[in-house]
Amino acid sequence: MITLLDTLVQGLLLGGLYTLTALGLSLAFGVMRLVNVAHGDFMVLGAYFALVIMQTLGLHPLLSLLIVLPGMAVAGYLAQRFVLDRTLGRDILPPLLVTFGFSIIVQSALLEVFSADSRRLDAGDLVTASFNVFGDFYVGWFPLLITVLAVAMVAAMQWLFARTRIGRAFRAVSDDQEIAQLMGIDHKHVFALALAVASACVGLAGVLFGMSTTFDPAIGPAHLIYAFEAVIIGGMGSFWGTFVGGVLLGTMQAIGFRVDPGWGVLFGHAAFLLVLLFRPSGLFPRTRDQ
Amino acid sequence: MSTMAAESVHSAPPAPGFAVVRATRTSRIALTLLAALTALLASLPWWAEASTMRTASEFLYYLALAQMWNLLAGYGGLGSFGQQAFVGLGGYALVVFSLKFGLDPFFSVLLGGLVCGVIAMPVSKLLFRLHGAYFAVGTWVAAEVFRLLVANMSWLGGGSGVSITTVMQRIDDWWRDAATLWIAIALGIGSLLAVFLLLRSRLGLGLTAVRDSEAAAESIGISVPRLKFWVYVIAAAGFGLAGALIFLTKLRISPDSAFAINWTITVVFIVVIGGLGTIEGPLIGTALYFLLRDTLSDYGSWYLIVFGALAIAVMLLMRQGIWGFVRQRFGLELFPVQRRLRLEATAERRP
Repeated sequence: MITLLDTLVQGLLLGGLYTLTALGLSLAFGVMRLVNVAHGDFMVLGAYFALVIMQTLGLHPLLSLLIVLPGMAVAGYLAQRFVLDRTLGRDILPPLLVTFGFSIIVQSALLEVFSADSRRLDAGDLVTASFNVFGDFYVGWFPLLITVLAVAMVAAMQWLFARTRIGRAFRAVSDDQEIAQLMGIDHKHVFALALAVASACVGLAGVLFGMSTTFDPAIGPAHLIYAFEAVIIGGMGSFWGTFVGGVLLGTMQAIGFRVDPGWGVLFGHAAFLLVLLFRPSGLFPRTRDQ
Repeated sequence: MSTMAAESVHSAPPAPGFAVVRATRTSRIALTLLAALTALLASLPWWAEASTMRTASEFLYYLALAQMWNLLAGYGGLGSFGQQAFVGLGGYALVVFSLKFGLDPFFSVLLGGLVCGVIAMPVSKLLFRLHGAYFAVGTWVAAEVFRLLVANMSWLGGGSGVSITTVMQRIDDWWRDAATLWIAIALGIGSLLAVFLLLRSRLGLGLTAVRDSEAAAESIGISVPRLKFWVYVIAAAGFGLAGALIFLTKLRISPDSAFAINWTITVVFIVVIGGLGTIEGPLIGTALYFLLRDTLSDYGSWYLIVFGALAIAVMLLMRQGIWGFVRQRFGLELFPVQRRLRLEATAERRP
């Protein structure tokens, strides 16, 4: 009983981390139909960014977010405005191939600078502390914090889209780019802002990930795949759907790991493939592919 | 020039004064050179060193991978990022047939291609539910699933892999190197010719129509799903053959090396830089890749950074790649697949 509960809670907490990673991917796809293949590598980049700040300025990883998030946002803005914007169009291959290029450049550059050694963002007791729920059942504070943060971010994203001026612009260019342009929206600026928000989001995920476990330059693609699966399971364009997708993926992985350590990730993929088989557009689809 | 090499597309004779031609003087020279090059490569075992033959084999299997990915993405509109699935499955098929069942390793390479073609059939049914970017990442997930499945099979060495050295040691050295090279030639040059001939066939006409407009192609009676299905299966078999050959030369296979995304990354960059949707492009891209890798071999993974940056630059500045640019600028085609209408200078002009 405790084992089952423990596994489910583990899955929920893991799902929180996946949701944080997946939000940026969901946002970029929702607004400009961009699948950023380098998304996972951007996450790793965020973690290394925090590592450098910690080492040079001696800041706590959470405080390093004050620099990492704006830094990632600026990088995202520039990447969209000056490179990716020129690839968006009817043909879907160019943006995929260019972000594929980003992915390999980021990975190789990190490997050259930081070597293949595993790193970790040391956050002291915060990461290891846990509290007793009842009996032998413990929950870690830090995973709980990540999951609460993930829910908060989903709510914030929803609020951004529904209530703010920039959110309205996001929805407008998503629905019909040309009409939005006629209404005086600078779609290039809006697209760049979308990738800026997405990159800051994934930077946050990277720092939290780096605090909770070790990372090296090569782990990006695996996290792109988890994020992608969370987004597809939930249905494109729905942020709460992404959260459900992330939690479902995390739970399946946790159950798999419990059955056999070699099967964890495989169980997650199986869940994804099953959703694909029975509901190809995900559980709660919002954005329609044009 | 005579019309001897000119081919007529319709069964009826062409109208006087016109001829529909595909071959040009350049293309005849190119084909002759290709034949000469093939003969030269095939003779390597009698006079070249083992290291030269290894490089030649490697070049040829990269060429085969590039041609197959080009067929998928450039002509079939199937931008797959998961082709490493078939490199890995081909490699492991080699292990199963040669090491486990005791079959001839060279024959096992052939079986590897066959197995991949068969596995691709049900896999395509699932993946074809996805389109565009979804499809690209979906194929990648499928490759990951295969990697994890193999890694969980202790029969195949699990995560640490397995060696086929014992199988290959039984074969005479000279014969082993020569047969490997010849299979590589058959694969590399064969894939180039296969794509060339495929595109000139009925299937090729359909593919060209689909590439230009899926809706229009469908409306004139082309079954788009069936076309894509066969392209996917053929490409999977090609990747499987190459994968089996790759691990025949490497002698050791592990899930991480066999199902590495790097196989696909390298090949994608090769095709994009050389020219997506051209037969010459993969050839040029592969040559450039080898050149770059050799030049920057002392600088770790810098060659990948340069190669990736080059691919991005090509995507932004000349989307058709190096060969696409050359073709547009100079009208040059080494392996022509289009039909051209030519006015005969000697023919009588009609009023």
